[in-house]
Amino acid sequence: MKRQPTTRARTRSAAEPELEDERMDEQPDRSAADAEVDQDAASLLQELVAYLRDNRTELREEWARRISEAELLGVMSDEEIFSEATEVYDNYVDALETGSIETLQTYARELSERIIPRGVETHEVLGIVLLLRDVLARSLFAQYQDDLELLNRILDAYEPAANRIAVTVGVSFVEERERVIHDQQEAMRELSTPVLQLRERLLILPIIGVLDSARARQLTEQLLAAIRDNRATVVVIDITGVATIDRTVANHLVQTVEASRLMGASTILTGLSSEIAQTLVDLDVDLGMMKTVGDLQGGLEEAERLAGYRGGPAGDATGDVET
Amino acid sequence: MSVAILRQGDYLIASIQSDLSDTEVVELRGELAELVGTYRARGIVVDVAALDVIDSFVARSLRAIVLTASLRGAETVIVGIQPDVAIAMVQFRLNLEPLRVALDLDAAISLLDRLTRGDAEDGG
Amino acid sequence: MEDEVRVPINGDADLVAARAEGRALAERLGFPRPDPVLIATAISEVARNIVVHVGRGEITLRPFEEPDRYGLVVIASDAGPGIRDIEAAVHDDYSGSGGLGLGLPGARRLMDDFRVVSGPDTGTTVTMTKWRFRDELARVREERRRG
Repeated sequence: MKRQPTTRARTRSAAEPELEDERMDEQPDRSAADAEVDQDAASLLQELVAYLRDNRTELREEWARRISEAELLGVMSDEEIFSEATEVYDNYVDALETGSIETLQTYARELSERIIPRGVETHEVLGIVLLLRDVLARSLFAQYQDDLELLNRILDAYEPAANRIAVTVGVSFVEERERVIHDQQEAMRELSTPVLQLRERLLILPIIGVLDSARARQLTEQLLAAIRDNRATVVVIDITGVATIDRTVANHLVQTVEASRLMGASTILTGLSSEIAQTLVDLDVDLGMMKTVGDLQGGLEEAERLAGYRGGPAGDATGDVET
Repeated sequence: MSVAILRQGDYLIASIQSDLSDTEVVELRGELAELVGTYRARGIVVDVAALDVIDSFVARSLRAIVLTASLRGAETVIVGIQPDVAIAMVQFRLNLEPLRVALDLDAAISLLDRLTRGDAEDGG
Repeated sequence: MEDEVRVPINGDADLVAARAEGRALAERLGFPRPDPVLIATAISEVARNIVVHVGRGEITLRPFEEPDRYGLVVIASDAGPGIRDIEAAVHDDYSGSGGLGLGLPGARRLMDDFRVVSGPDTGTTVTMTKWRFRDELARVREERRRG
């Protein structure tokens, strides 16, 4: 599968809300009547924002109260909740006012960076943002209940904006969480030395878990470096702990075996599940050069033989590069 | 000098010191072909550890060295293919028959000893 | 920001320079191993075609650095007689035979994007690109999205 570089100067991740950078009160293809309505919506939004700022203290307190009631953010103290609530509130209102969510996204990411290590979870973040939306909506009901028509128009302006904010904050949090988990996995992977020296000239690479192409690439580098550093002549790659592999990874495995051969080591693949075995056959992967042995024990015995430890012909280990 | 060629007993050891131009590769081929005859060498080791790139031309030339040496009664072993180079060669799908490879010089000498003592396993 | 590098190709000694420049630039851009070697190998193939079939030409190494990805575009151009059968030049069979001996199929396998434009009046231009996401997580998401 070929990847195409984009020619656009800036690429967007698909996870970013589509309407980033668009003003919330802009719509394409408007008639004059629509334009008037939008103008109306814009001024309503301004009125709304002013109202929210004037009543900032009460609304913020109400929100903090509802958060405690819902037993969210249990890991944070009341002072912390109040302080973060203040920031979120102000950012929320700013986003309503400017229509730009970039500042909000930046804040949401920073907030996530702060609270994820504390153990705050996704449902809590979504929960508090939705609670804020509710608190503000209720307050609007109360304020404008005497003029239902006006209330409706205000809600028409408020709701899409509020929902977009909720999505923005939620998505930023989730993305930040994914990043943290991913970085942790990367760090673990880098620290671990997956290639073990069993005997002189004999290495084993046990692979456990999900094998994607990035991990496969990393393992290949580590394996080839280990072959060089340990002067290995035989390598056992054990995939007992791998449930499935796709075509890309299967091909990668084959290439790893061939590259090891070019460095003078032969490879034995062990621990293929019946599913993987069938996958390899179905994918028509070229297994010509690969020795496979069903179980690890058998593979190790064969490897020791090849490496000259069990009275086998010691010369087999280095030698021909087959096509 | 980009390639140092030494004698070790019956063997010739060609150590490539740096990236070679095509012309230098051709010169190496010629020189090895001649020296095998001059010294009645029974084995050649070509150390490519200094090569960051082994492309189709170098691969063809290595094959040619092997075949030429074989015609003159010598086995050839290639050593020192770097990990990244090995990956590149495999991904490129370079045709590598009938190269013999070993990890390093010691391994290559052992291999040559085995191959030239008695007869080679498969006639090389 | 890295600048574009141009390597004139007039003889086989220039291949050494082209390989070295390509590898060095790839490393400076941050390509992880083994990419710099893959790129240098692909450069070697296309640059050699220039020397062998035309005599002179140029290799342009054009880096690009975007917020979420980075990469290197290699442009091998000459003003020669062109490749008559581009399809045959760019494809080979599974065992590696074919490709008209131009090494293009192999170079194509080493890079992510590969285009050839060639004709008797326009000469030959091979444009090949290798690129990476800056962020491993972005790459994982992209792979997930593609299914």
